Amino acid sequence: MEATYLAAINHALHEEMRRDENVFVMGEDVAELGGAFKATDGLLAAFGPDRVIDTPISEALIVGAGVGAAILGMRPVVEMQFGDFISCAFDQIVNTAATLRYRHGGRAACPLVIRAPSGAGVHGALFHSQNPEAWFTRVPGLKVVAPATAYDAKGLLKSAIRDGNPVVYFEHKRLYRSVKEDLPDGEFTVPIGVAQLRQAGRDLSLITYGGALHQSLDAASIVAREDGLSIEVLDLRTLLPLDREAILATARKTGKVLIVHEDRLTGGVGGEVAAIIAEHAFDSLDGPIRRVAALDTHTAFSPPLEEFILPNANKIVAAIRGLAAY
Amino acid sequence: MAHAETAAASAETGQRVEYELQLYYWMKLIRAFEERVSRLHRQNKILGGVYSGAGQEAVVTGVCAPLRPGDFVAPLHRDLGVFLVRGVDPGRLMAQLMGKEAGLSRGKDSFLHGGDLEHGVFGSTSMLGSSLPVAAGAALKFQIKKEPQVAVAFFGEGASSRGDVHEAMNFAGVRKLPVVFVCENNRYAYSTPLEKQMAIENVADRAPAYGFKGHVVSGNDLLAVVQLAEKVVRRVRAGGGPELIECKTYRYRGHSEHDAALYRDKEELLEWQSRDPIPRYEFYLEKKGHDVKRIREEIDERTRTVVQQAVEFAEQSPLPAAGEALEDLYAPAPMSPAGDGRA
Ligand SMILES: Cc1ncc(C[n+]2csc(CCOP(=O)(O)OP(=O)(O)O)c2C)c(N)n1
Ligand SMILES: [Mg+2]
Repeated sequence: MEATYLAAINHALHEEMRRDENVFVMGEDVAELGGAFKATDGLLAAFGPDRVIDTPISEALIVGAGVGAAILGMRPVVEMQFGDFISCAFDQIVNTAATLRYRHGGRAACPLVIRAPSGAGVHGALFHSQNPEAWFTRVPGLKVVAPATAYDAKGLLKSAIRDGNPVVYFEHKRLYRSVKEDLPDGEFTVPIGVAQLRQAGRDLSLITYGGALHQSLDAASIVAREDGLSIEVLDLRTLLPLDREAILATARKTGKVLIVHEDRLTGGVGGEVAAIIAEHAFDSLDGPIRRVAALDTHTAFSPPLEEFILPNANKIVAAIRGLAAY
Repeated sequence: MAHAETAAASAETGQRVEYELQLYYWMKLIRAFEERVSRLHRQNKILGGVYSGAGQEAVVTGVCAPLRPGDFVAPLHRDLGVFLVRGVDPGRLMAQLMGKEAGLSRGKDSFLHGGDLEHGVFGSTSMLGSSLPVAAGAALKFQIKKEPQVAVAFFGEGASSRGDVHEAMNFAGVRKLPVVFVCENNRYAYSTPLEKQMAIENVADRAPAYGFKGHVVSGNDLLAVVQLAEKVVRRVRAGGGPELIECKTYRYRGHSEHDAALYRDKEELLEWQSRDPIPRYEFYLEKKGHDVKRIREEIDERTRTVVQQAVEFAEQSPLPAAGEALEDLYAPAPMSPAGDGRA
């Protein structure tokens, strides 16, 4: 059945709530309205107000209460209305949730999913465009995923819900309705921690995730057509823990690596990926590791600024050409 | 002597009359400006989120009326009116909404996030409630420097659920800061109705728990708001410590222009529209002997012109140059002692 990225998220929630009565959903406007983006549409009617809970505007509470319910055996899936507002719950995520098992000597678990609609390119300006993943990818005890396809959106959400750990699930707003595919009718999950090769190639590797995957694929097909370049595209899918084997395998295979993400350059996930390659696959490299990312500024509102700041297929094409010629 | 006093009294009455007409003008200007903004959004001339304050004009007008230059105001996301009443240039405000170079944030941020500190208007972030601690800090400065200014922070009843709001009020109470907290209780936070947000009747009921006074007033009654705000601001300015004003009101449009607000009852909307602050205030003016029909025509003409000129100015303004995306991130170091961000 064909499903959009958004529908895939919605179906995963329906299916998991049906499968496990301990799964419940909580957040701002998630029940009556079905969420600001309709990701939780229909859940209230299907599962009732004890399992689909509208909260006051209280992000710290939403995550903290999720932790409380999770450690006693529930499987909360909480929503940040926009990923940008996850900053308001930062302490509960990085301190309360992430350290929970560690400080209980391994005798407790926090199976909590925090869904965060993130990403730019929708005229969202400074506070509705953020890609906050890198604030979390250096926090042991957390898992961080960022699906780019409808299949992964569904499969990773199911895995996140079944995982025994706090998982921050970044869903890209621009993909909600723009990305769709035929999904299998039967049950499937996508493992956390495993990257996916989207396209095999010989000349150069693009390592990317989330909203930038589609721009990377577009760029790869442009240079295939116009320059005859064979590009390998690796979709990380999970940002914590990174799939080091897949990263090193593609780097060793092509010897040239371009990392692409929509998050800012400095301190972004790409820096860690580059370090892994530089440490462990240096001998295989035929050129410098390069990155295309948002500029080190805030995601400005006015269209010429926004375009200048964000990566796009053309900028990726230019970077591919530069690196290929190296 | 007696004659001089009468003259002063009549000058004062004259001023009062002018002031009361000015309040009417502001409400009408806000309504007209926001109607135009909604239309420009439909025409794709304003991108991004647009949050209309239609129906709530009496709150911002009445609360800002007794303020002085130098006072500090942190508006909430629908308080476009605060910018107008504080004297921000309507053309620059419109340019702000269109992401133009002449806008308050020079195209950097959308809608009301670009403040104008020269007019004492803080540009709030989207993070609801986060401007209340900032307003407390502004008030702290006034207190430390013994300046006769006040800070005002607007927030929705929805935002009142956030911890930042509690932290700000607690500190303001402890330090007796010159800050007025103004809750615009419009009964909804996006789709979420009051009863899912709080278990008590009034946000103002929380004020005594922080050690200061809370007041409830009809936010659709300009006269009531302004009379209360005048008293509160006077006391707060005189060093009496913080106070909270809760204005009961209603937003006419959806949460944002994208929201059809299907979660609300049509009857409920009608009921509130029948208590619209503008005709209500016209009734008052009429009883005070004004020729309201004439005044309305005059003011409609004036507001039309102001809004039209603002749109023309904004439309003719250039967009920022792409490279400006990397500007305005840092103030020069070292900064001037005035703390104004200049070298
Ligand atoms: C911390 C935070 N969480 C969520 C949001 C998304 N959001 C924007 S406005 C809004 C409702 C605000 O309600 P209220 O404070 O009552 O103000 P109103 O919109 O009714 O004027 C929500 C949930 C936000 N901006 N900030
Ligand atoms: Mg409200």
